[in-house]
Amino acid sequence: MSAARQIREIVWMNLQSIPQRWAASLVVAIGIAGVVAVLVAMLSMAAGLERTLSSTGQLDRAVILRSGSNAELSSFLARDATTLIKQDPSVARGVDGLPLASAELIVITEVPRIGQRSGANVSLRGVQPEGFVMRPEVRVTEGRRFRPGLRELMVGRGAQRQFDGLAVGQSLSFRGSDWLIVGVFETGGDSHESELWADAEAVQSAFNRTGFSSVLMQLRQADAFDAMKARLTSDPQLTVDVERERDYFSSQSETLTFLIGLLTNIIAAIMAFGALFGALNTMYSAVSARTAEIGTLRALGFGAAPVVASVMSEAIILATAGGLLGALLAYVLFNGYSVSTLGSGFTQVAFNFAVTPWLVTQGLLWALGIGFLGGLLPALRAARMPVTAALRG
Amino acid sequence: MAMKYLPLVMSALLRKKTRTLFTLLSLAAAFLLLGLLQAVNVLFEGGADFLGASRLITQARTSFTQPLPMRMLPQIESIPGVSRVNHSQFFGGQYQDERQTPPQFVVNPQRLFDTYPEWVLPIEQRRAFISTQDGAIAGRRLADRFGWKIGDIIPLNSFIWTKGDGTRAWQWRLVGIFDGRDQEWAERAQIMYLNYAQFDEGRAPGARGLAGVFVVRVDDPLQSDAVAAAIDERFDNSPDETKTQNEQEFQLGFVRQLGDIGFIMNAISGAVFFTILIMTGFTMSQAVRERIPELAVLKCLGFGDRLVLLLVLAEALLLCTLGATIGMVLASFITGNLPPEFPPLVPDRRVWLFSAVAVLVLSAAVGLPPALRAMRLRIVDALAGR
Repeated sequence: MSAARQIREIVWMNLQSIPQRWAASLVVAIGIAGVVAVLVAMLSMAAGLERTLSSTGQLDRAVILRSGSNAELSSFLARDATTLIKQDPSVARGVDGLPLASAELIVITEVPRIGQRSGANVSLRGVQPEGFVMRPEVRVTEGRRFRPGLRELMVGRGAQRQFDGLAVGQSLSFRGSDWLIVGVFETGGDSHESELWADAEAVQSAFNRTGFSSVLMQLRQADAFDAMKARLTSDPQLTVDVERERDYFSSQSETLTFLIGLLTNIIAAIMAFGALFGALNTMYSAVSARTAEIGTLRALGFGAAPVVASVMSEAIILATAGGLLGALLAYVLFNGYSVSTLGSGFTQVAFNFAVTPWLVTQGLLWALGIGFLGGLLPALRAARMPVTAALRG
Repeated sequence: MAMKYLPLVMSALLRKKTRTLFTLLSLAAAFLLLGLLQAVNVLFEGGADFLGASRLITQARTSFTQPLPMRMLPQIESIPGVSRVNHSQFFGGQYQDERQTPPQFVVNPQRLFDTYPEWVLPIEQRRAFISTQDGAIAGRRLADRFGWKIGDIIPLNSFIWTKGDGTRAWQWRLVGIFDGRDQEWAERAQIMYLNYAQFDEGRAPGARGLAGVFVVRVDDPLQSDAVAAAIDERFDNSPDETKTQNEQEFQLGFVRQLGDIGFIMNAISGAVFFTILIMTGFTMSQAVRERIPELAVLKCLGFGDRLVLLLVLAEALLLCTLGATIGMVLASFITGNLPPEFPPLVPDRRVWLFSAVAVLVLSAAVGLPPALRAMRLRIVDALAGR
């Protein structure tokens, strides 16, 4: 028989015998499924967070902050500065001829998480009317917009899911007055959905502020950015930093996504290490259970390579099955699962786990790696067994 | 008495050295992970028990990032049951680079030691802190970490507070190094206190006169809930409504911001535990199955059924205990050598207890089925290989 034919026969025969050794096979598969399920679940958390944070912002909008402040929360722009910024020639004009720019004020409010007493920090964004014109992605899914000048709030869909008491018609009380929740909004799944929005002037008066945190502007064209940045940063009346909206939000998320990614890999590596030795054990015992069989095959003239192939293929097939099972578990349990954590600027960002095909592939690659390493040593041992000793069992 | 069976149990484990080694390694990996995850969990469930209830933190109800005005200090101090009040503002200074942010609090030096009598500082250093406009004091741990000496100028780059001229680089003069009065407080001496005088004069004019949060020491810890309620009532319906809670709650709220970490940690721990249970369980039953003739011989020699059961259980327990110990020691080693920017993870008593319970459950689950099988073995059948 040719070597290829030998391999085919022996692998097929071996695979057919797996059901007879189902307990051992199941152990390998479950061990690897556990690793892959944890890995895929954690990666999908990182992916969901990244999707939420990096999809925030557009290239043809710019955020202006006070120079040196790395987040909206620590930035302060006086009213005269915001007026000056809005008059830049690169700012698009609305139908009414006024600049399409919104000076916004960010403050933090505490809202309890569902089922908890202690408050979580949620951003309250004071928005000017132009803020809605500039952000066509904002959709009011329930209720209505707040009316300018009134203490009314709109809540993001993500915030509403995570925190208590944010239904339309309820009210939040802070700074000595009640704020009525009048609507729920969506912004296509980005990080604004974790915020509460209100009229900028109403927030200013309630929080005793005279200025703003940032200015968001709509550029006439995306490439007008560089000239505008040069103009504003060199203006002696202003001390500002200028960033494209997309760049600003993705720089805000870097540390967090890096940290979660790092944690995921550490946990997965330790788990994989444990599962590897479990798989080695089971594959060794699978080989020792088949000692007589392998000896017979060798006596019949089968080479060492087909024996290695048969053990390896068993390990890899079990690992793949385990990997698929783990990925499926992660998908069923966690896809779309919504959580919130502390994002940039010390406020909550709500996001959903996202189990993507790429993550499943990654999980399967880990499974294959464990299966390969776990099968290799036992396979070599099987191939090296002296025929006479093996025949005796 | 039981010790005389130890060699027997050991020899069962050493029968197949590779298998035992692999099982140990996979158990060690699992317990390393359990140890680390549970240490994180403990951090979130609150390790600050010793803070007690004699101190309250009064913050703005909207958020602790919203500074309260200084005028509230005498108002709070006049509330019955309050013994002393200080104000405290988180400074957020970075030392050397962005990753080094030892916690710093801007306080009134004269009031600091009334509200925190747990800190020990020589009287002349205390006087120097009060009288030095740009003075700062650091905990012993922190000072040792950075090699600071009294008289050093410490530059801190605040990511929150800009100075009047728009820059963020502040300079502080180290005038004292404080210790904790006992072991727990010595561990906590990793923070810095800064003098409010330079801070308020240096910051942008619009922000002056703001205190931050208030640290309230109460006369009677048993009355602290009532005092907290009285403080919040005092400022109800004002623009500066407050939320007063004891120090431990305040600190827990801080970590809980990170979200439902406990759920995630426990879910992973559960998955790890289940996986390891299946794999070790299989190995154990395999090991016992291979030794059936030997077990029969033992029974021939007069070992009772119950003794055989106990021997197999002891084998499982020994294996799990060894694996868990390796894993937990590794976990302690890793948490003890974390880079400074990580939160202080400590696998403390609770984590060890958790692991011990896990070992017991695990050895019972993996040891009982093969042990029962060994107990029910009939000598004739076993020797005949039936």
